[in-house]
Amino acid sequence: MSAAVAGESAPRISTAYQNWRRFSRNPTAVIGSAIVVIVLAAALLAPLIAPYPDHVGAVVNFRARHLPPSARYWFGTDNVGRDIFTRVLFGYRISLLLAAVVLGAAVPLGATLGLIAGYFGGWAEIVIMRLTDVALAIPPLVMALAVTAVLTPNLVHAMLAIAALWWTWHTRLIFSITRTLRTQEFVEAARTLGASPFHILFRELLPNCASAILVKTSLDFGFVILIGAALSYLGLGVQPPTPDLGTMVANGADFLPDRWWESLLPGAAILFVALGFNLLGDGLRDLFDVESVR
Amino acid sequence: MEFLYFLIRRALWSALVLIGLSIVIFTIARVMPGDPARLAMGPRASQEQVDDLRRKMGLDRPLVEQYQHFIAGLSRGDLGLSFLTKRPVNDDIAETFAATFELVLSTITLAFLVGIPLGVVAAANKDGWIDNLVRLIAIFGAVTPSFLLALLLQVFAGYVLHVLPTTGRFSPDAPIPHSVTGLLTIDTLIAGNFAGFADAFKHLLLPSLALSAATVGQIARITRSSMIDVAKQDYIEAARAFGVPGRVRMFKYMLRPAFVPPLTILGLEFASLLGNAFVVELVFSWPGMASYGVRSILQKDLNAVMGVVMISGLFFVLVNLTIDVLVGVVDPRVRIRGERA
Amino acid sequence: MTADPLLSVRSLSVDFWSYGRRSQVLRDVSLDVPAHRHVALVGEPGCGKSVTMRAIMGILAAPPARIASGAILFDGRDLLRLSAREREALRGTAMAMVFQDPMTSLNPVFTIGDQMGAILRYADRRLGRARSRGARLARVHEVLTQVRMPDPERIARSFPIMLSGGMRQRVLIAMALLSEPRLLIADEPGAALDVTTQAQILKLLRDLVDDRGLALLMITHNLGVVREAADDVYVMYAGSVVEHGATAELFARPRHPYTRALLDCVPKLSGGATFRGIDGSLPDYSAPPPGCRFAPRCPLAISACSRPPEARRVSADHYAACWRLEDAA
Repeated sequence: MSAAVAGESAPRISTAYQNWRRFSRNPTAVIGSAIVVIVLAAALLAPLIAPYPDHVGAVVNFRARHLPPSARYWFGTDNVGRDIFTRVLFGYRISLLLAAVVLGAAVPLGATLGLIAGYFGGWAEIVIMRLTDVALAIPPLVMALAVTAVLTPNLVHAMLAIAALWWTWHTRLIFSITRTLRTQEFVEAARTLGASPFHILFRELLPNCASAILVKTSLDFGFVILIGAALSYLGLGVQPPTPDLGTMVANGADFLPDRWWESLLPGAAILFVALGFNLLGDGLRDLFDVESVR
Repeated sequence: MEFLYFLIRRALWSALVLIGLSIVIFTIARVMPGDPARLAMGPRASQEQVDDLRRKMGLDRPLVEQYQHFIAGLSRGDLGLSFLTKRPVNDDIAETFAATFELVLSTITLAFLVGIPLGVVAAANKDGWIDNLVRLIAIFGAVTPSFLLALLLQVFAGYVLHVLPTTGRFSPDAPIPHSVTGLLTIDTLIAGNFAGFADAFKHLLLPSLALSAATVGQIARITRSSMIDVAKQDYIEAARAFGVPGRVRMFKYMLRPAFVPPLTILGLEFASLLGNAFVVELVFSWPGMASYGVRSILQKDLNAVMGVVMISGLFFVLVNLTIDVLVGVVDPRVRIRGERA
Repeated sequence: MTADPLLSVRSLSVDFWSYGRRSQVLRDVSLDVPAHRHVALVGEPGCGKSVTMRAIMGILAAPPARIASGAILFDGRDLLRLSAREREALRGTAMAMVFQDPMTSLNPVFTIGDQMGAILRYADRRLGRARSRGARLARVHEVLTQVRMPDPERIARSFPIMLSGGMRQRVLIAMALLSEPRLLIADEPGAALDVTTQAQILKLLRDLVDDRGLALLMITHNLGVVREAADDVYVMYAGSVVEHGATAELFARPRHPYTRALLDCVPKLSGGATFRGIDGSLPDYSAPPPGCRFAPRCPLAISACSRPPEARRVSADHYAACWRLEDAA
């Protein structure tokens, strides 16, 4: 039941401003953004703000081993005396770099394939979507494990392995959006005006997918970081002595529960960044009212 | 009738996925740089030993022939020989699969038993404090690294509180029956062995909790939004106008149609679940296929790796088929139209 | 009409509260639905007919909506003074609703028999009647026959998706008839169906009124349907009843400027190709005009129209709420 609106319309407010207001009213979105900004800042400024920048390398400080958190070492020290806080800051760099590279490759690839499959249909759709089905049947972690094991375990191979599967989620998402959009009139209009398929794909359809892509990518940042952490927990990601959050958890696990800070604080750091991106993605999803993205 | 066609189509899809999977994994195992035989034997073995192994494993044949051999073996159910143990991979996996299956099954059960009611309650309490609490639980379930959660559970329940065992499937001194299903909890129940059941159950609890965290949250959230969608439907308002009591409306009329999305989500998420199982099994020293797989990977036992991946794929495909059947049972529209809504 | 009408809405006013603002969605609505009569409530979308219907049935969303004043008399009792329980006892038993959209008003995952059986079961419980499952099923078959469904047993075993739109609409009517209601409210019956099927549905409803003495209130925006099917008609505009009377009389001699404009809008076969609309648009319910709500758009508006017009008698069975009835002749 709607109350009828009077003939005159309200004064126009720009969409961007409206979006900003709604976004800033949404507590999850705000908290998520704050966390992401903090982590980004920490990662970018790590060399400048880390209290013990040299602890990143192969430094050994036996007299300061296994120290609990204190004013001197905010997160305590690990089994060879390195400052954990510093290593967490630098560990964030690795995690964010990993996620950025993986998504930077997977999202454009996935979106393009999804657009093609959704718009052209036919063989393109069959081939692309079957490929996606196969990829989705493989647990990403397993794939990453297999690839990094066969090649040597290092960051690049880990990124490769995860990206090799990750594009499929975006393909699926964009495919379903494009498929519904393809029947709409603005597409037909563009076609009759003589627009090239390229134009239709990237200038007409893609902008309509933008909000869904944005939401999913935000959420994905968190998930990719989690997978990367699991990989390095198993010893197949970044190799020591480069600091990595997952590796730190694994190393510190031996000393639980007495020296909890060595394992749990890096773990909390992982949780923190994943939480931030998850909340941000959720907030964006509420903002754009996109139901179809998980 | 349509439903049968639907199932046949899905079975064909499954077959296609498995074939695709076999190609992918075969490519990775054989085509990637590195000599599989050398990898398996390690850098210290002599060239002769490596060549010997290569011959024995058929690695010196042309790739296409190798693939054909692989597929032929697969269709027979033979996954080749492990480079390391020299036993058929089948045997190795068969030993460990039951453990993983038990873990995954209990995780899914837990996820549904807890997740669905949470989602229903959250929907009924929409925007209230319970709803927000459920949302919080779901978020933390999704963002907590599974290995961290596993570690935390181990530490608190095991070491700190000494309440639950922290590794393995059973205690050395517990009475273990013959294996009927391979699932310790079921087997002990069947045998009426309650002490054994308690023991197996205690061992199963922590790993299941750790593994189910992410899934419970997702199921709760999707149930919540699904219930809210259904609540807006005309037929629910019609039921109200006809005087069907609120409770009946909720639990019978809304829950049934709302049940389908959580099922579908589970199908999509199952691959991730298996992936997380890998990590959880390792933390809890659960003797399952996942830890076998990880060991094989770390030791570059490529046949074993391929076997594990193929079985994972098979598991995934079968779970999805089961879900398709269940969805058909719950929603007659799928049954009759022969397609997923 | 000697006895009191079965349903009598008296000066009903309903407000909607949203973001602290009040929208006066219904103002002073009165209508009567006697037994053996087919009464139509007609108006544009947004005029308040759905709200009226929901208020009568008692399924208004109570937090945003608030009944400001008035009474709804059913069989002499004021529904608004009853407790929620008492109202629920009446719903689906003495008064029943036929929903608009047959495609979405049936639960897709249960059979027809299941759904109807459940409704009957709870209705029986409220009436204190006990019926076995077999007896319930028999009754289900019985009403399905009443709405002229072939093979009621098979229909009862079917799922909604297996039935056509017309059949589903009949099922909705059958559902309403299960407990032998005395008042039936039909929301745009047959609007979602093709014209032929709609005609059959309307005939069915007519027969029910005539043969079983039902009081039928039909909500619609379709003037053609009203003219063909209804005995009495109430014309609503912007939350008020502007004119009402016997159908034939009202259509022949419309007195309210809105009714006349409305009838003018309908293209006639004899009238040439001119399409006419009504200038202006619906008022803002949160800041409605004082007095007659049609005044801003009315060609006959005068200063007196700032006072709410009362329903004034045009003839027996014909009333219009306008200060300028005489001039509208």
